[in-house]
Amino acid sequence: MTDLPQWADLLISFFLVLGSSFAFIGSLGLLRLPDFMARLHAPTKNTTLGVGSVIIASMLYFSVTDSLSLHELLIAIFLFLTAPISAHLLAKAGLHLELEMTENTRDLRKKPEQYSDKDH
Amino acid sequence: MSKLIPAPWWSLFLLLFWLLLQNTVSFGVTLLGLILAVIIPLYTMRAREYPTTLHRPLLAVQYFLILLVDIILSNFNIAAIILMPKKRIQPALIEFPLDVTGSVPITILASTISLTPGTISAELARDGRSLLIHALNVQDADATVQQIKQRYERRLKEIFQC
Repeated sequence: MTDLPQWADLLISFFLVLGSSFAFIGSLGLLRLPDFMARLHAPTKNTTLGVGSVIIASMLYFSVTDSLSLHELLIAIFLFLTAPISAHLLAKAGLHLELEMTENTRDLRKKPEQYSDKDH
Repeated sequence: MSKLIPAPWWSLFLLLFWLLLQNTVSFGVTLLGLILAVIIPLYTMRAREYPTTLHRPLLAVQYFLILLVDIILSNFNIAAIILMPKKRIQPALIEFPLDVTGSVPITILASTISLTPGTISAELARDGRSLLIHALNVQDADATVQQIKQRYERRLKEIFQC
């Protein structure tokens, strides 16, 4: 390893561990949550913080060892732009295919026909 | 707005984007970035179907910061739900009546809903007047709707004045 100051060492490790833990929990969520729609919640949210922390660690590392490095922020920007959109499309597909949801899901739609492809 | 810079915020965003991509701030790189930030909006202006004006830029920054904090909180929230053994979750499909209008504000609101605690926007109603939300764990659906309205939609309405 290079000669990182100790504070940087600790901080970078902290963010790396935090980030990988969240990425792991997000993947675990895919396994543990009961249905398709619930499973969607895990990767959209937890990967943002997971990747976010790893990005912070990378920015810190390269800023300390080399010169100020911020272009990792672009990854974060794109992630924030794309994660909700892919989640939205997956949820939409799930709805239209009428995938089964766990029995304690409450359907509070007042005008279900507004969200359906079928003509009523 | 001037003809040379039809969308100043967009130009600024492009310039920052360019500088981040290059990862340096030198004279040449900045100059090229400035040229691109002027040319690209001019050239693609016609393709912009949904013109929107940012009326309250400072409020937009505040919105972004609130969102950032909420995303971090929501991560812990979801992590707790995932790790809790055999915790009964109460999912629900909720209808969210939209007050904001216009494609851009609705898109931002829908993305915000997906990124914040326990909710995902699943579908925009055919008439564009409401969003369908899937919530992972709610007891009181109306409270969730009110919270989103108070926290995000109210601010978006002010930012875009719609």
